[in-house]
Amino acid sequence: MSGRIRLIDENGLRVDGRKPNELRPIKMEVGVLSNADGSAYIEQGKSKILAAVYGPRELHPRHLALPDRALLRCRYHMAPFSVEERKSPAPTRREIELSKVIREALEPAVFLEKFPRTSIDVFIEVLQADGGTRCAGTTVAALALADAGIPMRDLVVACAAGKVDGVLVLDLNDLEDKEGEADLPVAYMPNLGLISLLQMDGTLTVDEFKQALNLAIEGCKQMYKMQKESLKARYVAIKEEVEEEIDSCLQP
Amino acid sequence: MSSTIVSRIRQKQIYEMISAGKRLDGRGLTDYRPIKIETKIIEKADGSARVLLGKTEIVTGIKVEIGEPFSDRPNDGTFTVNSEFVPLASPEFEPGPPDENSIELARVVDRGIRESQAIDLEKLCLIPGKKVYVIFIDIYILNHDGNLIDASALAALAALLNTKIPVYVVESGEVKKTEEYMSLPIRDYPISVTFANISDKMVVDPWLEEEEVMSARLTITFDKNGNICAMQKGGRGALTPQQIIEAVHIAKDKSEELRRLVVRNIG
Repeated sequence: MSGRIRLIDENGLRVDGRKPNELRPIKMEVGVLSNADGSAYIEQGKSKILAAVYGPRELHPRHLALPDRALLRCRYHMAPFSVEERKSPAPTRREIELSKVIREALEPAVFLEKFPRTSIDVFIEVLQADGGTRCAGTTVAALALADAGIPMRDLVVACAAGKVDGVLVLDLNDLEDKEGEADLPVAYMPNLGLISLLQMDGTLTVDEFKQALNLAIEGCKQMYKMQKESLKARYVAIKEEVEEEIDSCLQP
Repeated sequence: MSSTIVSRIRQKQIYEMISAGKRLDGRGLTDYRPIKIETKIIEKADGSARVLLGKTEIVTGIKVEIGEPFSDRPNDGTFTVNSEFVPLASPEFEPGPPDENSIELARVVDRGIRESQAIDLEKLCLIPGKKVYVIFIDIYILNHDGNLIDASALAALAALLNTKIPVYVVESGEVKKTEEYMSLPIRDYPISVTFANISDKMVVDPWLEEEEVMSARLTITFDKNGNICAMQKGGRGALTPQQIIEAVHIAKDKSEELRRLVVRNIG
């Protein structure tokens, strides 16, 4: 634990120059894959993640079908080239756990009971990982679900808070996650005010936890605005496409 | 899942009682079921414990070997937590590789031990970068009646606390086993407390039927200094920030209670 890199400098700024409560630069785009029923892409700092949704569709194998609702399935997967040392493409225990917690983060938002006996499959591919991929993966998966036109109670947006060098910070990057004292990923449904993913590792006092939870929720609210903008941008694009098509039909 | 579907009328009963602050088995909302901890039950393991949490039964065995450290931690011994949902424990469990529930359980228990730095891993290094003690913590579910996480975390801690491992010495660059034994260097007692959210109430130590009807689950692990060292939300539902904070306060008290129980049982 000695001789480590300083994560907060003398001006109170972080390794990438951010203030403690500042998000990384974020870019979201909806409707990026033509085959999927819904898709989205996010860049958060150096993390780059793609999500696609297929469904509601016929479920295979059929014995998994639920009589009263759709089966939501989720696969979080990291590309072999997404991290410093090549990662085997076989799913690790970490990926299996994250697939489960992300699915459980999305599940309360989706009206699964509208589509009994079907499956809704969410695929999250981490193309490049630089910390916070479970959160960015959840955020982008919710966009892909919305893009697929699946009825939802709310969007789900996720962001981590944590503690580095004794300071509570928002949206940890990989270095801060690895070297810091605590990491608290949170997924939030902003209109319902509900938390659907919550994990923590590290050490926090009860008071620090309360502050970190609030910080993460504030981060989620900021990202929620960007989520809505990216969805709107998608519909503007569709509208323009349709208008062009109509124009070309009308021309003699 | 089919074997443990709770009938609607039963579900309603559970909901109504919990709304009124009571539970079907007579417990209060923040009461644990009776806990029994036995240690040294498997002679061939380096450490072992059996935990009974109501009817939930877990055996944990510890095996220690000599192996290589992780490249990023050359001066630390290593440990891994694995769990087996053996088919004799529940009609829902099937033979085969660990499923997501088993992996989640093992990783939540692992996180509690790792993040509280319960094992002083630096003391388990023999030749830096080459030879270290490697600890295997294997959790065996023998009977599933709910709240496997807390029972498993207790069993893992109890087993670690009574583990005796052979002392190895380094002689001219080689490790040699001696006749002596030592205890593991344990410096913290992480305790996890799990809640089920039922009827918008946070209920401690859910048993199987409560888990079947709960909307969400929340596990909070505290170290001996009263700091939170691990958390995990599970289940298909969601929680309000107030419910989470309420649970944190209850879990802090409960973890101290359970820690005293562990100390009393193991000394």
